[in-house]
Amino acid sequence: MTAVEIRSLSKIFNADGANRVEALVDVNLDVAAGEFISLIGPSGCGKSTLLRLVGDLLTPTSGELTVNGKSAHQARMDQDYGMAFQQAGLFEWRNVQKNIELPLELKGWDKSKRAARAQEMLELVKLPEFARHMPWQLSGGMQQRIAIARALAAHPRLLLMDEPFGALDEMTREHMQDELLRICAETATTVVFVTHSIPEAVYLSDRVVVMSPRPGRITKIVETGLGKVRNEETRRSDTFHHRVIDVREALRGLHDDDARLIGREDR
Amino acid sequence: MTLSPTALRQGARKTIMFVIAFGLVAGAWEGYKAIGPERSSKVFGWKIIPSASDQAMPHIGSMFSRLAKPEVRGNGTTIFHAVALATWYSFRVALFALVLGVIVGLLLGVVMARFRITERALMPYLIVSQTIPLIALAPVLVSWSGRLKPFGFQFEKWMTAAMLGSFLAFFPIAVASVRGLKAVKPESLELLDSCAASWWQGLIKVRLPSSVPMLLPALKLSAANAVIGVLVSEISIGLKFGIGRLILSYSQDGSSDPAKVYTAIFGAAVLGLVMAGLVVVIERTLTRNRPKETAR
Repeated sequence: MTAVEIRSLSKIFNADGANRVEALVDVNLDVAAGEFISLIGPSGCGKSTLLRLVGDLLTPTSGELTVNGKSAHQARMDQDYGMAFQQAGLFEWRNVQKNIELPLELKGWDKSKRAARAQEMLELVKLPEFARHMPWQLSGGMQQRIAIARALAAHPRLLLMDEPFGALDEMTREHMQDELLRICAETATTVVFVTHSIPEAVYLSDRVVVMSPRPGRITKIVETGLGKVRNEETRRSDTFHHRVIDVREALRGLHDDDARLIGREDR
Repeated sequence: MTLSPTALRQGARKTIMFVIAFGLVAGAWEGYKAIGPERSSKVFGWKIIPSASDQAMPHIGSMFSRLAKPEVRGNGTTIFHAVALATWYSFRVALFALVLGVIVGLLLGVVMARFRITERALMPYLIVSQTIPLIALAPVLVSWSGRLKPFGFQFEKWMTAAMLGSFLAFFPIAVASVRGLKAVKPESLELLDSCAASWWQGLIKVRLPSSVPMLLPALKLSAANAVIGVLVSEISIGLKFGIGRLILSYSQDGSSDPAKVYTAIFGAAVLGLVMAGLVVVIERTLTRNRPKETAR
C-alpha cells in the first residue's frame, strides 16, 4: 500500500512578487506504508518544504498529493500525522506525561486512557520513570525522546521529522537513531525524515531522496538495501559505506558550492 | 505549597529588610523633626524647607497611638477599627476592579491576537483611553450608571468605583496578552496544526500558558492601577465606607488632629501591600513548575 503519493508537485513562494522562489518544481515520489524515507540536500533544496506539503502545513501551488489515499488536508484532520522538529519543542508548563498527552487531549481522549497511553509511550522511549519530571529537568536527548513519544502518542500512520537529531551530540545522535528504528519497527510507522547528515540518512532509510536547489527538485533516489535489522555491524558494513558514497556522489553532482556544504556537515 | 528551609530563610530575610526599611524611613522622619525649623522657610524665594512642627509632621508614635483612640470624641469605636473596616471595604472593591480589568484585558488581547485588523483598529483607542483623567471620567460614569438600568439592574456606587478601577487595570493586561498570545514559537504552532487543533484549543492549551511569563509583570501593574483607580474614584464620586474617602475626611481634621490622616494613609499602604502579596501568590502558583529563568 502507498502511504504518500506525490505527482508533479510544485510550490512557488511569492508567485507574483519580486522575490519569487521556486521552492519545489515537478516532484514525483511514492512512499510505501511502513517505509523509512530520508530527504537530503543542501539548504534551499526544498526538503523542509516538501515535508510541510506532505503534512498539509503548506499548500502546494500545483500538482497532486495524497496521504493514505486521501487529500493531505483530510489526513491532517483525521490526525494521521505525528511531527517532530529539530527543537524538541516541549511545553515548559506541562510535565513529561502531560506533554505526551497533548495530541490525545486534542483528540478528546478521556483522562485514564490518556495516562495509560502516555505510560506506554514512555516505556517505548525507555524513560518510564520520568512521567512527573518537567521538560527543563531533562537532557537534550531525553527531551527529544519525549518529543518523539508525543509525536507517536496518537499512533499516527505517518511520522514527519524535520532534523530531529540536528541539535544532539554525535553519541546521543547514534543512540537516538537506533531507538527510532526500533520504535518504528515496533509500531510499523511510515517515516519521512529530513536530515543534513549523509550517514544518518543512509543508516535510517530504506531509500534516500537526494534533492538539489534552485529550483528545488529530486535529483536521485538511492536504495540502501541494508535490510530491516540495523546495528553497529551495519555501520561497519561495506554496503553502508558504498551507499554513503552513492549519496555523496549524487550530492556532488550538484553545484560545487552546495556539495562542499554537505561534505562539511557529515563529518 | 510546602516551604523549604531556603524559602523560609528567604522569607525571614525579606521580613527583616522590610523592618529595616521602615526603621530608616521612620528615623529620617523623626530626625528631620528633631533638627528642622518650627516654621517652613524660603530659600531663594522658594518655600522648600518644610515645617517640622507637630502640626505638619506629627510624631510616628502619635500616629500609632492615634490608632487606638476613638475616631471622634465620645464615640466608642477606635480609629483602628474604622480604618480596618474602610481598608477591607476598599480591598474588596479593588479586587473586583482587578478581576474585571483582567477579564476585559484578556478578552481584548484575545480578540486583537486573533484578528490582526482589530489590533490596528483598537490599540490607538486603548492608548487614548489611558490618557483620559479618571477624575473627568468619574462624573460621566456616575450619571450613566444612575440612568441606565439594564434589565432592571440598578448599578450601585461601589460598582461604578470598581469599573473606574478596572478602567486603569485592564490596559497592561490587554497590551501584554496581545503580545504574549502572538509570541508563540512557530514549531509549537506547526505541532498544533499537525494535530488538527482548532484555534480555540490552541489558545487554551498553548497560547495562554505560554504568555504567562509576559502576563505576570502586567498583573502587578494592573493590581497597583486597580488600587489607585478605586481610591481616586472613591474620592471623586463620593463613595463612603472606603479608605480613599477616609483619607479625605480625616485630612479635614488636619488642623486639630494632625496624626489622624496618617492612620488612614497606613490603611491605604496596607491595602497596597495586601494586593501586591496576592499577586505574588498568584505568580508563585502559576510558575511553580517552570524553570527559574523564565519564571521571572
